[in-house]
Amino acid sequence: MFARRRTRSAQANWTEFLIEALIRVLGFSTIGFVLLIFLFLLREGVPILRDVELSNLFGVRWYPTFHLFGTLPLLLGSVLVTVTAILMALPLGVATAVFVREVAPDWARELLKPMIEVLAGIPSVVLGFFGMHVIAPFIREALGAPTGLTVITGALILAYMALPTIISVAEDALDAVPKSFRDAGLAMGATQWQTIWRVVVPAARSGIATAVMLGMGRAIGETMAVMMVTGNAARMPFGLDALLRPARTMTATIAAEMGEVAQGSVHYHALFGIGIVLFLLTFLINLVAASTIFKKQRRGGLR
Amino acid sequence: MSRYWTQRLGFALLGLITLAVVVPILLVIGVIVVEGMGALSWEFLTAMPFDGMKQGGIFPALVGTLLLTLGTALVAIPIGVGGTVYLAEYARDTWVTRSIRLAIVNLAGIPSIVYGLFGLGMFVLFLKMGTSILAGALTLSIMTLPVIISTAEEALRAVPTEFRTVSASLGGSRWQGIRYIILPQALPGIITGVILGLLRAAGETAPILFTVAAFFLPRLPQSPFDQTMALPYHLYVISTQVPGMPFKVQYGTALVLLGLVLSMNVVATVIRSYFRRRRQW
Repeated sequence: MFARRRTRSAQANWTEFLIEALIRVLGFSTIGFVLLIFLFLLREGVPILRDVELSNLFGVRWYPTFHLFGTLPLLLGSVLVTVTAILMALPLGVATAVFVREVAPDWARELLKPMIEVLAGIPSVVLGFFGMHVIAPFIREALGAPTGLTVITGALILAYMALPTIISVAEDALDAVPKSFRDAGLAMGATQWQTIWRVVVPAARSGIATAVMLGMGRAIGETMAVMMVTGNAARMPFGLDALLRPARTMTATIAAEMGEVAQGSVHYHALFGIGIVLFLLTFLINLVAASTIFKKQRRGGLR
Repeated sequence: MSRYWTQRLGFALLGLITLAVVVPILLVIGVIVVEGMGALSWEFLTAMPFDGMKQGGIFPALVGTLLLTLGTALVAIPIGVGGTVYLAEYARDTWVTRSIRLAIVNLAGIPSIVYGLFGLGMFVLFLKMGTSILAGALTLSIMTLPVIISTAEEALRAVPTEFRTVSASLGGSRWQGIRYIILPQALPGIITGVILGLLRAAGETAPILFTVAAFFLPRLPQSPFDQTMALPYHLYVISTQVPGMPFKVQYGTALVLLGLVLSMNVVATVIRSYFRRRRQW
């Protein structure tokens, strides 16, 4: 009897050892996935450096059929759409976060937060579809852009796609400001409004900066909605009316062209090369955003 | 007194801006529901498309999306929950753990189209799975991992430390504590995370463009190695690639996709708030 129990517990120890080993492996798996993704992008993308000279890659013409792989218009297209989107989303996002966290009564907060989560859940292809059928015609008539498929149309949709991220991270940042800061502001005779803008928001500025970085990361990587509403013309976005013209982003280029290229062709490697640029860009943005998060944790929540 | 008027005006302005954020959300949902309702019918959901997809239904796309979501769940749940348990219960605060967290933040930030490239390079070509449900589900599951892990970790961390010490004081091993105390307590949070991850997988188009999605394939997939149509890609195709597509069919497809994703969202929110309120500790 005694011996039997011992063997059973030995067996239990053995399975437990296996399970814990498996859990450790799974814990490390995320690092493995990031490395694998980077590795496969490099494997398929680096050959472009061998096939195409650098002056061509940094040129201003993207016409793969004529062996012209200038990525500048795509890069600038992505930057223009993203920056325009963030310029719209930043004031909207911060104001909404302040309203939800500092001003709104409880019942309104309970209503607003799930709605913003709903926005985060709407698939990008659905927003792109809505943009094509509702926003583009509106832009066409209101601003006189020929098709309505323009930078500003894409930026508007991207702004709303970045908003849930910006609002929730900014709200967390406001939430982390100690109540004593607010009390001190009010005790000095400031109104709630003055306290919010001169004490609470400045104290939360690093968190708000993180929110903007993360929102920017989302916007620059967004594919389907942008492809459906920005018109996809690979041209340099210069001039005063650049916002009212079509542009083409890096993400849309990959999505639109990968389906038609021969595997292993120069064009194929070029699209993977754009993928590497996107990977590194978002990696950098998230690294900066994450470093402020980690710093805050080390300081133990005190500011 | 004037600064109180400033405050009133300021708060009113903030409220208006919040409305400017919220109203378009309602508008998107409202327009798609109103325009799409007319197309909805039992036949639309269960019939094969024909006549260049202009007629018939969206059955293969709907089934394809459900299969892809199921496949994603099969792969992502064990990896995600295992990874979460490691982070919340085993990992100490070392540079290795910080690297894991950094990796999760970065996985969450990688553009969906880059996942598509990765899936094409690794699963479709290198591992020779071809464009298949298997390749698509594997790609989608890596993409959903960060969502699952970050939500589930919060749930595990919310279980009080006393639960762990009580389990240990009764002679339970660490794994027994996790298996019988912590995971059951954190289950609602884990389920919420899984649903949030899966709804993202169900609605994404870019990762499946080159890994699984078929333009037009009016039959059901027979094995995990088959291609399939999928709702998000189908919506993209019929709204941009097929000229003369009736609006009704487009809006109907958008409505089905939106309804699928939003109902998952509602379920996740309800589970979370229900258990948060019921929690005794």
